Amino acid sequence: MSLLTVDGLSKQFGGLKAVNDVSFVIEPGRVHSIIGPNGAGKTTLLNLLNGIYAPSEGRIAFDGHTLNGAPPHEFAAAGIARTFQNLQIFFNMSALENVLVGGHLRARRGLAGALLRLPGRVADERAYRDAALELMRFVGVEAYAAAPADALPYGALKRLEIARALAARPRLLLLDEPAAGLNPTETAAIDELIKRLVASGITVILVEHNMRLVMGVSDHIVVLDYGKKLAEGTAAEVRADARVIEAYLGAAQAEA
Amino acid sequence: MTVWPRLAQARTGGLAVLVLVIALLPLALTNNFYYEVAIQVGLNAIVCVGLNLLIGYAGQISLGHAGFYALSAYTSAILTSRFGWPPGAALVVAIGSAGLVAYVVGRPILRLKGHYLAMATLGLGIIISIVIATEDRITGGPDGMAVPPLALLGFPLAGERVWYWVVGVMLVVAVWLALNLIDSPVGRALRALHGSEVAAQVAGVDPRRYKVMAFVISAVFAAVAGSLTAHYAGFITPAKATFLHSIELVTMVVLGGMASTFGAVVGAAVLTTMPQVLTALKDYEMMVFGAVLMLTMIFLPRGLVPTIGAAFARWRK
Repeated sequence: MSLLTVDGLSKQFGGLKAVNDVSFVIEPGRVHSIIGPNGAGKTTLLNLLNGIYAPSEGRIAFDGHTLNGAPPHEFAAAGIARTFQNLQIFFNMSALENVLVGGHLRARRGLAGALLRLPGRVADERAYRDAALELMRFVGVEAYAAAPADALPYGALKRLEIARALAARPRLLLLDEPAAGLNPTETAAIDELIKRLVASGITVILVEHNMRLVMGVSDHIVVLDYGKKLAEGTAAEVRADARVIEAYLGAAQAEA
Repeated sequence: MTVWPRLAQARTGGLAVLVLVIALLPLALTNNFYYEVAIQVGLNAIVCVGLNLLIGYAGQISLGHAGFYALSAYTSAILTSRFGWPPGAALVVAIGSAGLVAYVVGRPILRLKGHYLAMATLGLGIIISIVIATEDRITGGPDGMAVPPLALLGFPLAGERVWYWVVGVMLVVAVWLALNLIDSPVGRALRALHGSEVAAQVAGVDPRRYKVMAFVISAVFAAVAGSLTAHYAGFITPAKATFLHSIELVTMVVLGGMASTFGAVVGAAVLTTMPQVLTALKDYEMMVFGAVLMLTMIFLPRGLVPTIGAAFARWRK
């Protein structure tokens, strides 16, 4: 039983088909990676997978429900969370509050209760805070809990985004270049974090340029080039695929 | 030495300071004119606390909030003086109708962002202002209209000293509600929209729903102050519905400090009392007003309360 089915997905921007007739299936409990040269359409594809863009054609089915054309908050409600390549942190809030927003859909959101701070709400807040702190500990940024988000170093912000995404208790987590800009030690820590995520039952879709990370953690890889699916399979299969080598290294080197 | 700053930082501490100031201020209010100014500060502060939820926290602009203030003031005035409604019932309907207008208008216009939203809210404020000024058979037109006094449990509210406490209590309630909201899942959703709309959406926040919510709440706060002003003053004119008044309200929020509830109160206090202090410069009042806004933006871009708060925190270290 697949968790996410993408069928004939396309996204057109004017004359450009950024994603062109892409189909694949995401199996639960595994790490799926989307790779491809710059401009291959990886981030566009992620934006389609959580409703930031509406597809021009094709179908996205998550857990049997078609989510085509739904706004991002409905993708979130269905159980899809994500992080961003270019950080999208709430810099007007504390680090802990960033994670609390991640739990938005799981919190009691009645306006009257919030305005009047009804008795149960104080206890709720404490429970939300404990849960958020636990997630910050899980990703290793608990030291910054009380700090304003703009006081965190870059590597911690990357992890904070993961904690915020996890606060939604997602079934599918989209990671958009979680290792971009990180040093090898930090990248190894992200590698280890992804493995712990999968062990806890979360399905991961990873978009990443760091091939060592991708090849090490992925159960399944989809290769995009010029918006089209070029190949898919395990790390070994993709690495041996002549079309993939050609796309990455150029035709001349592939022939040589 | 150690207790005071900790107390001042806590939300309950801030609220306690506000209650203390309101309770002790009458010692310094030696005549009715001072009371009038204090009441005006309180009424403007109620509007600003609400407007700050929209501008400072949710990050949406409104240049039309004088419209909601005046809409509610005139609804109260018309229902009580033209239709003989009891003021209490008129107050509830007036505030409710301002909230309803905010909801109906807010849903389409809050799709807009930045300058476009500013233009749309500006247009809304101007429409309300023109309707009030031209429908003179029911509103009295530019001459304004009289409003009967408000009664509380059969006891008519009259005189500056009574109104001081009414407005004081309402301001404390307004601040308390705002502080509660900010520190709740709903308030965090509003602030998240300001921080990164796309990340908020991805976290499950429906932007339209929460923007409209902030717009309606801020309109209701303005409406409460509007209706109270009408009954307190006993007379209203379209001057309070103008674009200029909307700008004054935004200026108070920005001066006090965006995303600071106590900043909104301080901004209202400073900019309401300043013209009274500067009466000698009467002709230059608006020039000074503008100059204060410019200087604040240049030297205290975060506003009075956040800047002073940050300086205080540094000094403690």
